[in-house]
Amino acid sequence: MRRSKQWVVLAILLLLISAATFYYKVYKLGFPLLPEMTSQVWSVQARLELHHRSGPVKATLELPFHSSGFAVTEENFVSRGFGLTLAEEPNGRRAEWAIRRLPQDRTLYYRARISPGESSPVILDRPQYPEIPQLEEPFASALKDIVNEVRAASADIGTFASAMLTKLNAVSTDENISLFQSGVHNRDEHVAQVQTLLAGAHIPTRQIHGIRLAGDSQRVEFETLLGVYNDQEWLIFDPHTGGQGLPRDFFVWWVGDRPLSTANGAHLEDLQVSTQVMEVSSLELAERRSDERDSLALMFTVLQLPIQTQAVYEVLLLVPFGILVIVILRNVVGFTSFGTFAPVLIALAFRETELLRGLALFVLIVSLGLFFRFYLERLRLLLIPRLAAVVTIVVLLMGLISVIGHRLDMDTGLSVSLFPMIIISMVIERMSVVWEERGAWTSIREGIGSLAMAALAYAVMSNELLAYWVRVFPELNLAVLAIIIALGRYTGFRISELIRFRQLDPKHQVTP
Amino acid sequence: MIGRLLRLKRAGVMGLNHRNGDYILQYNRRSLYPLVDDKLLCKRRLLEHGLAVPRLIAEVHSMRQASHLEDLLGDHREFVIKPAHGSGGDGIVVITDRKANYFVDSDGRLLEQDYLEHHLTNVIGGLYSLGGQPDVAMIESLVHFDPAFSRLTYRGVPDIRVIVYRGYPLMAMSRLPTHQSHGKANLHQGAIGVGIDLASGRTYGGVSGNRAVAVHPDTGAEIAGFQVPGWARILGMAAWCYEAVGLGYLGVDIVLDRDLGPLILELNARPGLNIQLANRSGLATRLQAVDAIEVTHETPEQRVEWSCAQFSKPVAELVRPSPQAATPAA
Repeated sequence: MRRSKQWVVLAILLLLISAATFYYKVYKLGFPLLPEMTSQVWSVQARLELHHRSGPVKATLELPFHSSGFAVTEENFVSRGFGLTLAEEPNGRRAEWAIRRLPQDRTLYYRARISPGESSPVILDRPQYPEIPQLEEPFASALKDIVNEVRAASADIGTFASAMLTKLNAVSTDENISLFQSGVHNRDEHVAQVQTLLAGAHIPTRQIHGIRLAGDSQRVEFETLLGVYNDQEWLIFDPHTGGQGLPRDFFVWWVGDRPLSTANGAHLEDLQVSTQVMEVSSLELAERRSDERDSLALMFTVLQLPIQTQAVYEVLLLVPFGILVIVILRNVVGFTSFGTFAPVLIALAFRETELLRGLALFVLIVSLGLFFRFYLERLRLLLIPRLAAVVTIVVLLMGLISVIGHRLDMDTGLSVSLFPMIIISMVIERMSVVWEERGAWTSIREGIGSLAMAALAYAVMSNELLAYWVRVFPELNLAVLAIIIALGRYTGFRISELIRFRQLDPKHQVTP
Repeated sequence: MIGRLLRLKRAGVMGLNHRNGDYILQYNRRSLYPLVDDKLLCKRRLLEHGLAVPRLIAEVHSMRQASHLEDLLGDHREFVIKPAHGSGGDGIVVITDRKANYFVDSDGRLLEQDYLEHHLTNVIGGLYSLGGQPDVAMIESLVHFDPAFSRLTYRGVPDIRVIVYRGYPLMAMSRLPTHQSHGKANLHQGAIGVGIDLASGRTYGGVSGNRAVAVHPDTGAEIAGFQVPGWARILGMAAWCYEAVGLGYLGVDIVLDRDLGPLILELNARPGLNIQLANRSGLATRLQAVDAIEVTHETPEQRVEWSCAQFSKPVAELVRPSPQAATPAA
């Protein structure tokens, strides 16, 4: 028996596609696994106050860096009357405002939303190797001494930079170090000093400016880190503590020696950067992020559909899960039911009515329907008209239950209208045939079997988390398809057959 | 549970998924299904191959025909109404006699003509056909079962089911109607399944549902050890059905008529698995034995001979029996 194994390939392929899409969405786009998950985002604002002078005015502002481990979204500028150009450079972006005449003081705003993204390192381009700075004596020979000393105590560029920072930051008795330290009066000068010293060993460096994202802050202090190039990648050091690496909460704003902002033709009175923390739903955030990237992944969610349509699709996308339950119950456990997938449709109705009430209503309608069906049998009606009569009676019964329920102030009665009446009519018809042919007990037993299957399918389909998952990760249905295909080639015993064929079990005690 | 699963597998018992996935889907071509699912078509095909079947009295295609039952029946006093696309014995009505304006069914109930005509319209409307398709009602002559079976049946007609795999008879059982089954030879409805030794045509014990039974509940007769008359011919006919319809996995239902000998009642493309219980033996082992044949036999006779030699006892205790084991009617 040679049989094509195509189904294995197909099932595995579907599983892989499903898993890969799922992985990409959860880990790369940050779609949350739980519906109530929230993320912190920061709203940042840079405020430039310009004091007017006569003549044309040009102002620049360095803009947040894109690949900083954070996602910058919803950027906007408030600068009425100014011409705005955005300059993109390999190492950053800059906004340039320009106006021919500034008759009064003006304030320019830049706002953006910053959210945690995937943590990719700060990507800087390959630098040129710096010349050894030409310094006057005694600085020139001191520089040479320090470089030699530090080089002797280090292995590579990383440890060299680290050692250099340790030396500079320590309270030192070393004359050479003290010489350099004496010229430093603030943090900026300190950074420049470190750069000079590293340039003394031909080591490329770059200033990395940014802010710490903590709580709300009216005026954020910028900090400067130092990027040190080790021929392969940029290592990041804190020039003041010597600590290595980019702190998690450090948001890189711009890179290089330029100031954050410049103004030409006007006086830059004040530059204030403020941050504000907000909690937003992670889902919303992930959506916006993939929107920003024009991501293909969003094509696989129904999230972009209108809300009402989403609700419909959420139900539709759950159906395969219900059907999977039925397939397992039928082909692996060995249940039988009226109508192959009727239990799924009944379960969908239970979603609206809740299980117990749904069961009660279902049993009520089916028993009343059966009662009328047996009466119709005595009229000797032809098949199709009789079926039509059963459907009509079912509809009338549903109407009656709704009206009575409403009178008694029970909302349950109203939800009865959601039952699939055609399915119920077919169930009634099948039950009555089985009733006559195989007896009442068989008929009722199969009816209960169908209801049990519907209840189990309901248990799966009413799961809130699953509903959320299929809405956000519809690709999971591909995995369901894979499982269904695999079950299609399951040729082992059904659990019920273990009981059915127990007498063929060699160990079974034969009881005549 | 797991232990039993493994033991059943080792014993060669076949489950529904196994049957459907590996045999029916594999060996029963979809296009051949109508040959067995439509009993009229099947009857014609079997006749073309010279296989004996119960005589067809009338075909009822329309509601108008149904209301002229008298014309259709002529002077037949006993007959069977069957849906051409029925399954599992549903919708079959057996009439054994007519008294005044009434028809007597196999349970001895008196039925009005009106009732039968309504039943015919139900059949034509598709109540018993798969998927509710409009159907044709067949009126067949009643089989008078061989008196040899009289001790082993209640009212209805016992039949013999032979599973034929790629033309090789694989396993056989007899289905004995009981009071509970309303005279129908249908295991689901309470008939007794009795395993039959392929080589000799002798019965083993019986099962009712999943329960072993030693004596017929209505007649009290011992079930085991009964010799089915004309066994060789029955197996030959069953094997011939493969030539007739080409289905690789086939259930052949045969009845023994008092006057006409074995008649093929119907063929089944999805024969049930209870035959394993009746024979206390698994089908899978035998299927594998057939698959292991290197050069398949050409004629039905050769295949029957091979099967009789191979499957004479429950496969666990395979002994080569003497070929003359097939005996004529007792």
